[in-house]
Parts: sequence; C-alpha cells; structure tokens
Amino acid sequence: MSTHQITLTVNGASHSVQTEARTLLVHLIREQLNLTGTHIGCDTSSCGACTVIVNGRAIKSCTMFAVQADGATIETIEGLAGAGLHPLQEGFWEKHGLQCGYCTPGMIMSAKALLAQNPNPSEEEIRYGISGNLCRCTGYVKIVEAIQYAAAKLREQQTQEVPA
Amino acid sequence: MIPSAFDFYAPRTLDEAIALLAEHGDEAKVLAGGQSLIPAMRFRLAAPAVLVDINGIGGLDGLRETNGHLAIGALTREAALEEYTFIRERYPLLADAAHVIADPLVRNRATVGGNLAHADPANDHPAVMLAYGAELAAHGPRGARTIPIDDFFTGMFSTSLEPDELLTEIRIPRPGPGSGGAYLKVERKVGDYAISAVAVQLTMDGPTIRTIRIALTNVSPTPIRAEEAERILTGQTLTDATLEAAGQAAAAACDPSADLRGSIEYKRDLTRVLVKRAVRRAAERATK
Repeated sequence: MSTHQITLTVNGASHSVQTEARTLLVHLIREQLNLTGTHIGCDTSSCGACTVIVNGRAIKSCTMFAVQADGATIETIEGLAGAGLHPLQEGFWEKHGLQCGYCTPGMIMSAKALLAQNPNPSEEEIRYGISGNLCRCTGYVKIVEAIQYAAAKLREQQTQEVPA
Repeated sequence: MIPSAFDFYAPRTLDEAIALLAEHGDEAKVLAGGQSLIPAMRFRLAAPAVLVDINGIGGLDGLRETNGHLAIGALTREAALEEYTFIRERYPLLADAAHVIADPLVRNRATVGGNLAHADPANDHPAVMLAYGAELAAHGPRGARTIPIDDFFTGMFSTSLEPDELLTEIRIPRPGPGSGGAYLKVERKVGDYAISAVAVQLTMDGPTIRTIRIALTNVSPTPIRAEEAERILTGQTLTDATLEAAGQAAAAACDPSADLRGSIEYKRDLTRVLVKRAVRRAAERATK
C-alpha cells in the first residue's frame, strides 16, 4: 500500500496533501479539502453527481484516483460564484433547473465544460452534453432551459467585454 | 466501496512501464482511463496489488493517418475520436461507435486501448476493430510485435497480451474507394452496455458487395465475427432476401445469455435486425 504526496490546484488555490493510492479524487475533495459541494451519488460511475473539471475536461471524480490528479488544475462547484452567482447558477435559479438539488453541482460542472467548448449549443447538443448526468426529479426540461439561459448570458457578457 | 489497498506507480517511459509489469507479473494491472478498472476495484471484483498508471507516458496518445493505415495511440481518449472531422468522413464506423460508448464524461477519461485490452465482450471497440481487421501493436521485454485483431480475444476478459506486454497502438487499414461502415447499437439508456450491437465494414463494387466484415457486441462470451453472414453477402447485391439470410446467420452465430437486458431469443432477433440495418447503412455510405 503506497501513500503519496501530491500537489493540485483546486479553484485557483494550491494544495499539497498526502493521499493513500486507493483514495478516490471525490473523497479527497470532500474529506481532505472539505469541499462538500461535489456530491457522491451512485458511487459506480453512472450518475455524474461527482462531476468536476480536471484540466478543462469534465470527469467523474469517483472514477479517478486522487494520486492521478497530482499537478492537475481542478474546478469544483465552489469555484463558480464570484461577486455574484455564475450565469449557470443564476440560470438554474431563474429557470427552476432543480428540485432536490442533489445532481445540480455535477450538472452545472458538465454544463460549464460544455459551454466552454460550444458557447451556443442547440437543445440537442445540450441534452447530449449532459447525458452522463442523471436527474431523477426534473425530467431535464428545466435543466436544459437553465443551461440555455446561462449560454445566452455568457455570450452577452462576452460581447460586452470585447466590443465589436 | 473503497478499493483494496495497492501500490501505485506512474512510470514516465514505456521501458519503465514494461519493467514494472515484468517485475510484478500477474499482481499488476495497467491503469489507463480507469473507467472499467476503477469500478471493478470498487466492487472488489478486481484487487490488483500493483497499479501501473500509464497516463504520464508521452507518445502513447493521438491519431496519425498514413497511406496505409490510421494509427490510434492506445492512450487516445474516446472523446478525441469525436473531435476529428476526418474520422467522421473516412472512418464512419469508428465515428458511430465513438458517439455511443458509455457517456461523454466517461469518454473524457476512457481510452481506445483500454476498451480493447479489457476484453469485455460488452465493450464496443472489439467489434469495431474486428470489422476493420485492425492490427494491434504491443511492447514487452522481448521487444515489439503486432497482433492481428482476429487473434487478440482469447476469452471473456482475456487477450493474447502477455502480463508484461503493453498495448501501444491500434492500426486500422485505410479504407479504399467504395468503402463504407456503420455501427448500430441498441442500449437501454446512455451509458449502459449494448443489448446487442453490430459493426460492419464493407467495400462496394457498384451495386455488389466486394468485401465485408461483420462483428457483434455483447451477444457471446467473446467479441465475435459473423463469418457465415459475411460469406452470404460477399459478391452479392443488396436484396431483402440476401440481407435476411445474413441476419439469420448472424443470429445463429451468436451465443447470448439471458439477463436484465433481455432473453436469448430477443437478443438473437435484435442482432438479426441490426445486421440488416447496419449493412444497408454501410452500403449507402459507400456509394455516396
């Protein structure tokens, strides 16, 4: 059984931590870094509640060992809000994109990675993009609307920042 | 569950990785994308004493097209296959499969080589590579060798790779003029394994099928080709009668087990229908 000293950047802050090889990334995030916004749902790589962004890619943090994240840059739900809510958080609020809220952190992180790659997705592309995230409450209609809201708002912010 | 304890190594070179595999033998498992291995370890279906993580080895990922073939680095993420337009244009069978493997989050980690080396008959790339007639490159302490895909799968979860060999590259023969392919999968939901899936790669000579390879996913203990169906279609034009005969031959060739995805009869009949549809789609793409 090996233990490892690793360094990773989470939401802009660098952390140097000791981890057992078998520790899963989601456990390190929740239990050692105390960032409990990332949820554990199925524990079997199915539901996507544990989705975080590692080096720009949305992944299931229950299916990666923490030691593999040595040197990585990670974004979790806690990193989204700045002075106010992130447009995705605002979208889920305004469009009622959640009921129980359990899947929401993972859903938002998947959506964030999707919008970074494709700022103006069609409804079909949004549904495809979040197809690794399960929601058992909403039937997804409101989640799609929330992501569309966020996409429009992010595009608006972009054009304000860079005048044509 | 938490996996059993293990020793973790992250070699930076192929030689280091092979040395670790040679040293630890059967005790060691290669960790690539981990999207099958880590869940298996969490269920305690696998409890390797040593993991050799190959993610830090340079040069094992990426796609390279030469005159003769498309070379896919074993560590290439499934997501990468969806990001190249030339894959959609020239390798539609591969593009079809890339779209339906697990889900987008899993595809950001999962690798093409892992999907093959894991040798789960429910995985999608085995049938795809059988239909392409791919060659696999492996490296071990005795040097490099290539393995024809037809000799690769030796049983459920077992391959002709030695414990100290690493799969490094997959080579798909570059499809010539008149070629087409398709992968059709029926799954209960995104992320589930196939109830049945069919991979077809063919070459058309006008209306006639000149060559064809057909392979089946998750309807037998190992990934298999539907050779009788291939024989029935070779040299024929596409008629309802020849397609039906090929579909029935494929249904007879498979050996599915009844489970929560369906009965044996259902899986056989689904395979019959999927073979007919996949051959038609591949032929349509070829004549375009």
